[in-house]
Amino acid sequence: MKFKTKSKVSCGIPTASMPDIVFMLLIFFMVSTVFKESNGLNVVLPAAKRIEKLPGKRDVAVIWADRSGRISIDDKLIQIADIEPIIRAKARDELHPMKLVSLRIDKDVEMSKVTAIQQQLRTVGSTALNINYSTKTAVD
Amino acid sequence: MFLDKRKKGSAEIPTSSLADIAFLLLIFFLVTTTIDTDKGISLVLPDLGKATEVNKKNIANLLINANGNVLLKEEPIAIKQIAERARQMLQENPRLIFSVKTDATTKYDVFIAVLDQLKRASASRISIAEPES
Repeated sequence: MKFKTKSKVSCGIPTASMPDIVFMLLIFFMVSTVFKESNGLNVVLPAAKRIEKLPGKRDVAVIWADRSGRISIDDKLIQIADIEPIIRAKARDELHPMKLVSLRIDKDVEMSKVTAIQQQLRTVGSTALNINYSTKTAVD
Repeated sequence: MFLDKRKKGSAEIPTSSLADIAFLLLIFFLVTTTIDTDKGISLVLPDLGKATEVNKKNIANLLINANGNVLLKEEPIAIKQIAERARQMLQENPRLIFSVKTDATTKYDVFIAVLDQLKRASASRISIAEPES
């Protein structure tokens, strides 16, 4: 009979290298994971269209300012005058020197407050001058 | 002899469950990883006390009042039209500096919208003046 001449190809998926593949993925995620360190304040960010991505999260200092006038860095509520020494210390950090300051400011905050924060950053100078106004992506 | 009676157990590490363990770890890191990157408008602030003299005709003043109305070169303009107008002005004078001046009580939202419009016009020379209080 003709049926018997059919070749029998093994149809199982080879699983021997599966742990290798999984380990590779695992290592990728382990390396790229940055655990959330701070929750910040409750802010509604303004929206903008022409925006840039931040290079990473490791060398960025985040300053939060919410609509009730509170300012926070690293989950600590601070006064405007405290920004300068804290940011200065971050800029001098030996392990992860700060390269950029991200401003996460609520859209209803008044500009006098924003300028006051910027003035503090200007007194620190050099690396604190690179800022990023954190925004959402606008749809229009 | 005693030596011969020693049990010969398998000396291999069982690897059949290795994939399971790796998957478990993988799923943990998949769940805890946050891919959302921060986005925003980048700017470089000037150093303190570094005022430079600029020719007046190279400056375009953008004034924003407390209600969010904008004046561009003494003419009122809708925020959405700033990008187009700024692009025209930049074509006429590529060295133009946009000086954004806000009121102390202007909302941050409006300021970002204006800044976004200038960025859309590919304006690279933007100056932020201090609000008068």
